[in-house]
Amino acid sequence: MIILWTDALIYLLIAVMLALGLYLRGKEHIQRPLQQIGCNKIGMVSLVVLLFFVLIGLLDSVHFKPADDKQNEIVSLLDYWATPLREHGEKTYSAPFATTLYSKEMMMLEDGSMQWGYPRLEFGGRHLTNPETETIPDILQKALYGWAQGASLIVFFIFLMWTLSAERYQRLTGNSTAKAVLAVVFVIVSCSYALIYLSGYYHVFGTDKVGEDVFYQAVKSIRTGLVIGTLTTLIMLPMAIIFGILAGFFRGWVDDIIQYIYTTLNSIPGVLLIAASILMVQVYMANHEADFTSVIVRADMRLLFLCMILGVTSWTGLCRLLRAETLKLREMEYVQAASALGVKQGAILLRHILPNVMHIVLISVVLDFSSLVLAEAVLSYINIGVDPTSYSWGNMINGARLEMAREPIVWWSLTAAFVFMFALVLAANLFADVVQDAFDPRRSGNE
Amino acid sequence: MTQYIIRRLLYSLPLLMGVNILTFVLFFVVNSPDDMARMQLGQKHVTEQAIANWKQQHGYDVPLLWNNGAQGEKKITDTIFYQKSVGLFLFRFGVSESGRNIGADIKERAWPSLAVALPTLMVGLLVNICSALMMVLFRNSYVAKDGVYAASRSGSGAALEHAGIVLCVILMSISSLFYIIGGQFVIGKVLRLVPISGYDDGMAAIKFLVLPVLIGVFSGIGSGARWYRTLFLEEVGKDYVRTARAKGLSETQTLFRHVLPNAMIPILTGVVVVLPQLFMGSLIMESFFSIPGLGSYTIDAINSQDFATVRAMVFLGSVLYMIGLLLTDISYTLVDPRVRLS
Repeated sequence: MIILWTDALIYLLIAVMLALGLYLRGKEHIQRPLQQIGCNKIGMVSLVVLLFFVLIGLLDSVHFKPADDKQNEIVSLLDYWATPLREHGEKTYSAPFATTLYSKEMMMLEDGSMQWGYPRLEFGGRHLTNPETETIPDILQKALYGWAQGASLIVFFIFLMWTLSAERYQRLTGNSTAKAVLAVVFVIVSCSYALIYLSGYYHVFGTDKVGEDVFYQAVKSIRTGLVIGTLTTLIMLPMAIIFGILAGFFRGWVDDIIQYIYTTLNSIPGVLLIAASILMVQVYMANHEADFTSVIVRADMRLLFLCMILGVTSWTGLCRLLRAETLKLREMEYVQAASALGVKQGAILLRHILPNVMHIVLISVVLDFSSLVLAEAVLSYINIGVDPTSYSWGNMINGARLEMAREPIVWWSLTAAFVFMFALVLAANLFADVVQDAFDPRRSGNE
Repeated sequence: MTQYIIRRLLYSLPLLMGVNILTFVLFFVVNSPDDMARMQLGQKHVTEQAIANWKQQHGYDVPLLWNNGAQGEKKITDTIFYQKSVGLFLFRFGVSESGRNIGADIKERAWPSLAVALPTLMVGLLVNICSALMMVLFRNSYVAKDGVYAASRSGSGAALEHAGIVLCVILMSISSLFYIIGGQFVIGKVLRLVPISGYDDGMAAIKFLVLPVLIGVFSGIGSGARWYRTLFLEEVGKDYVRTARAKGLSETQTLFRHVLPNAMIPILTGVVVVLPQLFMGSLIMESFFSIPGLGSYTIDAINSQDFATVRAMVFLGSVLYMIGLLLTDISYTLVDPRVRLS
């Protein structure tokens, strides 16, 4: 097993979240908003979708070198399972579910004569003898088969739950939120089974310019999006929290210095700061080529750098919010009482101030996630995002953009990127809304 | 007031200095001029002579901070920091790596940027405020009951408001790239109403500007309308609104005569802060529609790794941001008489 830098940070993030969950278990003031989220239908459904994405991202974060591989390349668990998708490359573009290439070519017939036509794909629909008539029934049949597999799996689990504890099952099905969640899980699992089964025989979302399966690209991009959305926050949080609280609590020259730092950073246009830093990283990497042996390590380092840079440019907003909140809190009676009783300043910060600004941190983390995923696409478009060799929705859009001028147009890459990105960002936005309603004291009772 | 402005201007000097030092560290300390020369000349097969030549040409052949070899005041002035950074304070941007005058380029390209950004901002503001007002209006559709206005939400109004919010979230969740690509495809290619991209001088530019402005407005509706809605709702909950209702004003009257002017304070000041930065243009918009503004200028500089231009743009951007902050403070006193600057 090989642990890349971003993998390590993802594991760290999960460990932190688990520890936080254990620590907060049974705390009354956290339970109430959590229950409010748990009762919200939209919140739970979007959480399920998010978790599904996270699961794929995690599968893609376990890297190892396969024992039987001669090329000595690093693959992830997801790659390993999707080996047929990875290796079934075509020559160039082909439409979704197509059995022939997108463009006409000179091809050799069996009797040795040449013909100008659409050559058959090497892998997509290879098992069909007569593609014109067989394709649609075959697709339907295979989709139904895969769908039935997934559906029966879910039904089996429901049955299992029912036999294990009929009473709990009764309570679950009586709840409309649980029903919605169950329905969404059913749809996701059965549809992804159908897609997985189909993708063994066809290119479900077609292939791109170099003949790579677009479905595979879109799925691989999930990790990039998630990494940028989460690791950036992980990097920026310590800075924002420490600086924000210190500035608000101590005021005076500490406040002046911290305000100076974040106003300076803020005044540089974000994109330009990112561009400048990425340019520097590029120069650095070009000069230290020996440190980045394989393509995947290189791409991973660049992704990490991007997260750091985004973190450095984005902590200022949260820092300002936290400073304002701490300024308010330090005048509260309980803080005054604590300092009157002789509690040390460090203890006041940790025990009285920090827990009371945590809701702002949580809300801004959830709110930032979707905007970071969207920002990745834009940055990759201007070539200052992730490495061009790594999979990301921004790179997919960038690659497909110029093909819109073709006739007939190559629409599938864009559509695939759109569908995946939209699903993730929409789920994140809806979830962020619900979290904000639950945790923001100003908004409770408002809606 | 004048005193305040002068103090703020003086206060912005250390900030600009900070920006300058930061960019200096980013560009010259992390990577030496030798690295940059190698990058510009291509990584492989670069002779020492070629690097020295490149540095001589672009003025990077002096020490970074302190020139020991020079005499008197030249110890400071004959350094990269002094020559490349202090010039920026006087808006002398120097020449780009490809030999063009950056200052002249910026002057020329600021206007197309403004021509796209200003209409986008104005139309966007109008559309966002209208849709936010509409949602608030739906929310508070009042029904008269026994001569008493009761604040019960009527079914259809609440449903419409809810639909509006959901639509906003959906619009927010679509990447701006898709708005641009979709808009270019549908309006420019399928319907052939306007040219897909390009730019022209004078009034002929209008037909090129319609599509970017339209798309810019549309892609901002989701987040904009939602944000303004929360601002309006905050105002609606205040006491003076209740008083207005109590004295018998209709819901539309309260909304337009009392809530709107008060909610305009945060909206206007939010707009003022971005006004100076409109000159900087929008990076993606301009490169998609090939508008020769500062946004596409910056992108070109980034793509060709033109350090001098990027540095100049960073400095210009931060100056404009500080002007924006100052204007915001001043506009606060103008629209809200309760605020006094001191």
